[in-house]
Amino acid sequence: MTSNRDRRVVVTGLGATTPLGGTATETWEALLAGRSGARTMDFDWVAKYELPVTFAATIATPPIDVLAKVETRRLDPSSQYALIAAREAWADAGAPEIDPERLGAAIGSGIGGVWTLLDQWDVLKEKGPRRVYPLAVPMLMPNGPAAAVSLDLGARAGAHTTVSACASGAESMGYAIDMIRTGRADVVVAGGTEAAVHPLPISGFAAMQALSTRNDDPARASRPYDTGRDGFVLGEGAAVIVLESEEHARARGARIYAELASVGMSADAHHITAPEPNGSGASRAMLYAVERADLSPTDIIHINVHATSTPVGDVAEYNAIKRAFGDHTENMSVTATKSMTGHLLGAAGALEAVITIQSIYHRLVPATINLDDQDPEIPLNVVTGEHQKLPDGDIAALNNSFGFGGHNVALAVRSI
Amino acid sequence: MAQSEQEILEGLAEIVNEETGLDTASVEMDKSFTEDLDIDSLSMMTIVVNAEEKFGVRIPDSEVKNLKTVRDAVTFIAGAQS
Repeated sequence: MTSNRDRRVVVTGLGATTPLGGTATETWEALLAGRSGARTMDFDWVAKYELPVTFAATIATPPIDVLAKVETRRLDPSSQYALIAAREAWADAGAPEIDPERLGAAIGSGIGGVWTLLDQWDVLKEKGPRRVYPLAVPMLMPNGPAAAVSLDLGARAGAHTTVSACASGAESMGYAIDMIRTGRADVVVAGGTEAAVHPLPISGFAAMQALSTRNDDPARASRPYDTGRDGFVLGEGAAVIVLESEEHARARGARIYAELASVGMSADAHHITAPEPNGSGASRAMLYAVERADLSPTDIIHINVHATSTPVGDVAEYNAIKRAFGDHTENMSVTATKSMTGHLLGAAGALEAVITIQSIYHRLVPATINLDDQDPEIPLNVVTGEHQKLPDGDIAALNNSFGFGGHNVALAVRSI
Repeated sequence: MAQSEQEILEGLAEIVNEETGLDTASVEMDKSFTEDLDIDSLSMMTIVVNAEEKFGVRIPDSEVKNLKTVRDAVTFIAGAQS
């Protein structure tokens, strides 16, 4: 298989608004400090609907503190988060001057504009069709965030939305790599967003027993690989990166964080929500990513894992890693940053890609928190306690993301 | 209850500000909604529906296309109130 790395794709800008901070840097610093973004929800609807889960990793900086009031009125929260992260990433990249027809946008979302959809349904029932907001449809459509970013930055090479549940954000970055490799664009703003801390998704996830119910101790609830894990902690936010052909970035003297070397994708075709227990689908995604990045499995020294803190999912991912990497598995340092960020669904893969890029750039792996008693079925080399220094020289890492529906996405990041 | 044209103008300016972010002072009688204030048809529909609620009037959809300037809207609302 050819890697097609003759047109290398590099990362020149980072942006994020997350439960840990209003920017990518704030988020990174909170990760190094080992902070949890999970907190008890003080929304009136928690008690009103007697929700079985009363906490979530809610956004740290409300959009109204960042955006113009009219933007918060005319955009669903999922688009607001995406716009905030995209503007940060764009500024971080030095706001490159570019022909708009060579600039693309790819923003994924797992659920889309659920707040708008259900708020407007209430308006319809209570006040009638004439009172439904004329912008309801563009606000609720899942491509709304990609459209908002495209409009804001004037990206005319294409605006795309990948939808693959919790792999959406990572898949959008894979799509962006392809846009640049195939010559459709020189620069692509890519990422994922989610704003689903809403009683309906919470009730749905709770009904399927996917959420932690550790209501009395939110900060300790997300505990990937711990024997006491009891489900994931719902998070929200967005993460966006600026991807560029290396040639374009070098020509303008841009700071380059890392190379986003490849994406590997596969589908389980096994079950709508359960991962394939032997991990063959996920391991194929990882190996495709390694191969297309011109690497050998033993070149991977770090994995930012998907690890959501569910009893079944965490084991399945270990099985996939072991299947792909064999004896090399124990040599790789692993971190599960959802222990701090919660699970941002369609933004999760994008946020963890940002963290993986930061890890390669700063040569530091943030420690996983809440891992008090590691599951003996998951003998991975997990970074705990202190963050871990990565070696100098050429290094490479993977970021795994998996989604309901059997979607497997692995991104490979190489140092520059 | 009928309001003065000035009161209607001020109320309308608040609605326009809420929907578009435009400064209330920019909403003047002789301004065109589309040409001067750059208000698109979707925003216009929101402004119309909010104005109906605020001023206790009904503005038929067929009438909206005739409301070209702020004065057109104020005059229509004043007439509908009386």
